[in-house]
Amino acid sequence: MTGERLTRWGLRYFALAYLALLLIIPLGYMMIETFKDGIQPVLDSITEPDSIAALKLTLLTVVIAVPLNTIFGIACALLLVRSNMRGKSIINALIDMPFAISPIVVGLSLVLVYGQNGWFGQDLAAMGIQVIFSTPGIVLAVIFVSLPFVAREVVPVLQEVGDDQEKAAETLGSGPWNTFWRITLPAIRWGVSYGVVLTTARALGEFGAVSVVSGKISGQTETLPLYVQKQFETFQSVGAYTSSLILAVLALATLLAMNLMRRKENHE
Amino acid sequence: MSEVTAIDAGEPRPRKAFFRLPGAGQALNKGLVVMYLGLMVLLPIVAITSKAFENGISGFIDAVTAPQAVAALELTVICSLIVVVINAIMGTMIAWVLVRDKFPGQKIVNSVIDLPFALPTIVASLILLTIYGADSPLGIHLAFTKPAIVVALLFVTLPFVVRAVQPLLLSLDRDMEAAAESLGARKWLIFRRIIFPNLAPGIATGIALAFARALGEFGSLVLVSGNIPFQTEVASVYIRGQIEFDRLASASAVSVVLLAVSLALLFCVTLAQRWGLRHDR
Repeated sequence: MTGERLTRWGLRYFALAYLALLLIIPLGYMMIETFKDGIQPVLDSITEPDSIAALKLTLLTVVIAVPLNTIFGIACALLLVRSNMRGKSIINALIDMPFAISPIVVGLSLVLVYGQNGWFGQDLAAMGIQVIFSTPGIVLAVIFVSLPFVAREVVPVLQEVGDDQEKAAETLGSGPWNTFWRITLPAIRWGVSYGVVLTTARALGEFGAVSVVSGKISGQTETLPLYVQKQFETFQSVGAYTSSLILAVLALATLLAMNLMRRKENHE
Repeated sequence: MSEVTAIDAGEPRPRKAFFRLPGAGQALNKGLVVMYLGLMVLLPIVAITSKAFENGISGFIDAVTAPQAVAALELTVICSLIVVVINAIMGTMIAWVLVRDKFPGQKIVNSVIDLPFALPTIVASLILLTIYGADSPLGIHLAFTKPAIVVALLFVTLPFVVRAVQPLLLSLDRDMEAAAESLGARKWLIFRRIIFPNLAPGIATGIALAFARALGEFGSLVLVSGNIPFQTEVASVYIRGQIEFDRLASASAVSVVLLAVSLALLFCVTLAQRWGLRHDR
């Protein structure tokens, strides 16, 4: 019996030590490092114009990308689960692509399509639209990398709830649109919520894809993660740590939101 | 279905007539989904593939076999392999501790597992550099070495195996283990013959996803790997360099290699999930 207890404790503390070394200690130390010189330098670097501009741009991309991907994700999940169209497996495979592609490759492919010498670069420039090294490119990059989350969360929920209620609504004379708002959406709301939270987290923090298409002009095309890199590389460590802390707090808020939702879902 | 439509047609309801047409909503939905996916995902992938073969097959092969490209790809694959082996062991162990053990703070540990997915990669890079860099408070100096790459990749891929194994472990029937024990099987034998085969599909899925992620990882490596060509330059950093030198065809060629491997892995995930389903029956 003691041998068994030893194994259990051994496993427990080995696993916890691994997590501590990999996750907890680094994150905790970053917080200490941020406030090394007190609160004033941190407040100063938050209110730096470039830092505020970076935060605003990041939030703008989130506000555009998340609703688009949410609508797409729900539509896509409905199509995958509730219809028997041909080519479903192709759509299924395409949705997962952003998970399989390196962010750098995403950025490169956008440059090839919308860049100066890309497929549509010249035509768009003639219309006065600049995509690469400008906000539209950043938004496209963020949409690409955060595309699958909502669909991936909603698909299993749709499968689980089944279509009995939808069929019942239909026989009672409810149209598809009405059925969607009254029956389907309430049934999948937790799946949608998880998806939105995950999409938001990814959109806030995307670095690789955005770094290729942004041009990194301070105050204009620099998102918060890019700002962190620039601050660090120009030896402004307080600025880098402060912006990182903002992003880390947002990440922790994401986790908290997920946990609260899960608890609420289990209560129902 | 047709009966319902007939009733519908009999009662005039002008409101949102368009969506009342059977199938119209679905057709619209289908068009929207296909267009969005085509524009956002398919078009860029086609662009990159066509650029990679801009100078024919030989141009592609030249770009991929350039010494620096080979070194970068090799390093990426080796580091990713090391990472998934560690992940398979540690991920399964963490999942076990979270499901079968009970200790104070377990819920917090459970939610912390997802942190690497929520945390922006550049922040991961910065915090790893802070703790394992030149000013390391632990006295562990890893920055700008190959082990630093492995640590960064372990950080960002941590949740994959844990989250794939956890549900399988939860749904595992403990009667089987009890039966084996009553028949005199030792702990290790029970693990090897009963627990492991049931968890294997989850471990395989987790490994494949972690490998695909590790192959393409960029953000978390930027600050810690040092990006020294032939030494600590991984494939994604090499591609970034080629883009900056405006060698887009070469960058695309290496990208296509990464893409092909990742797609093969995703295919494996699908197979592993089917395998899991078959085991359920």
